Amino acid sequence: MSTVKLTVNGKAVSVDVEDRTLLSNLLRDNLNLTGTHVGCDTSQCGACVVHIDGRAVKSCTVLAGQANGSSITTIEGLAKGDELHPMQAAFRDNHGLQCGFCTPGMIMSAVDIVHRYGGQLDEATVRHELEGNICRCTGYHNIVKAVLDAAGRMKVSQAAE
Amino acid sequence: MYQTTYHRASSVDEAASLFGKGSEAKYLSGGQTLLPVMKQRLASPSDVIDLAKIKELIGVEAAGDTLTIKAATPHYDVATSAAAKQAIPALAYLASLIGDPAVRYRGTIGGSLANNDPAADYPAATLALGATIKTNKRTIGADDYFKGLFTTALEDGEIITAVSFPVPAKAGYAKFPHPASRFALTGVFVAKTKSGDVRVAVTGASQSGVMRVAALENALKANWSASAVDSVSIPSSGLLSDLHGSSDYRANLIKVMAGRAVTAAG
Repeated sequence: MSTVKLTVNGKAVSVDVEDRTLLSNLLRDNLNLTGTHVGCDTSQCGACVVHIDGRAVKSCTVLAGQANGSSITTIEGLAKGDELHPMQAAFRDNHGLQCGFCTPGMIMSAVDIVHRYGGQLDEATVRHELEGNICRCTGYHNIVKAVLDAAGRMKVSQAAE
Repeated sequence: MYQTTYHRASSVDEAASLFGKGSEAKYLSGGQTLLPVMKQRLASPSDVIDLAKIKELIGVEAAGDTLTIKAATPHYDVATSAAAKQAIPALAYLASLIGDPAVRYRGTIGGSLANNDPAADYPAATLALGATIKTNKRTIGADDYFKGLFTTALEDGEIITAVSFPVPAKAGYAKFPHPASRFALTGVFVAKTKSGDVRVAVTGASQSGVMRVAALENALKANWSASAVDSVSIPSSGLLSDLHGSSDYRANLIKVMAGRAVTAAG
C-alpha cells in the first residue's frame, strides 16, 4: 500500500491504495468519479482519458503512484457549476454521442486537441487526433462536428477572458 | 494485474540500486507497453522502478552535428521539439506517428528502444541514423544494439540514459501503419550521412526485428531518388507473415515505403 496525493478537479485528495492500482481505478473506486469510463483492457479505446498536469492520457495505463503529486482533471471537473464546458455543450448541440460510453474520453481528448491547435483545426486534423478514442457506435461524424464547433466557441471564450 | 511494489527513482543511480534489490524488478518509463502487458498478466514484476521523473533523463539537445534525446523524453516532446525539428525533421515526424496522442504524451524513446518491439518506430530511426545508445554503464552503437525480437544488447539492470543521433544530410521516414494499433506494418527510415553514406532500416517487416537492407542502400547510394528502389528485388524470406499481411505483401511494402521515405527526405 502507498499513499497517493493528488489534486483532482481542484481539490487536494490523499488516498491509500495498493501499488498495482491504476489511476482509472483510483478515480472510480476510491473517489467515486465514475464519469471516467473503462472500455477495454488493452489501452486502446480512450474512454478513460483524463488530464494529468494538462495532458490528455489514458488513466487505465498509468499507475496511481506514477500520478502522485500531479493535478488531475476528469470529465466531472470541466463544467462550471450548471454551465457546461464549451466542448460538452457542443457535443450536446451536435448530437455528438449515441450510447455515450466513449463520450467522457472523447471530450477530454478533444479539449486537449483544441488547446494544442487553438483555432487551427480542420476536419482531417480532428479525425487524425482522435485516433486514440474509439466509438463503438461509430458516431464519429457528429463527434468531429462537435469538436470543430467547440474549437470556435473556445476561441471566442478565450478571447473574451 | 498481479501485486507489485512501485518505486519512484529520483536519480539513475538510485534506480539501479532499487533494481538490484528487487527479486524480479522492471524499469517503468512511459508504461505504454509494460502496463498493458502487466494488466494482461503476461508480466508480473516484483517491483516497478519509475524512471520518468528523473530530471537528468529528460530533454532534447542539439550540439554541433549531434541531436541527443534523453531517454525519458516523451514522444510528444520530441515531435514538437524545435531542436529536433530543425536538426532531424524526419525523427520528429517519426515521433509524431507513434501510437496515438495519449500514448505519445507518456511513451518514451528509452522505453521503446529497451523493449525493441519488432514493429516499433524508433528502432528504424536509431539504426538508419547510426545513433549511439548511452547507458548508465557504457555506450552502444546502433549496429551492435538490436539483437532480434524484443532483444537488445542491454544487460540486466542496465538503464538507457540518452540516444545521440548524428545529424544526417538527408533523412526520411514512411510508415504503413496497422489501422488499429498504429504500429508499423512496415516502416522504412532512409538516411544519407554527411559523408555520403546511405543507411536504410526497416521495421515491422522482419521476423528478426529491425533490419538494414543492403540492396536498397546500394541502389540509393548510386542514385538518391525514389525511382532507384524500383529495380531492387526484396526477397520475402525471413519476413513476417500474419493475418495483417503476407511476407510477399511486406516485401512489396518495403519498396513502396522506401520510395516514399526518399521522396519525403528530398
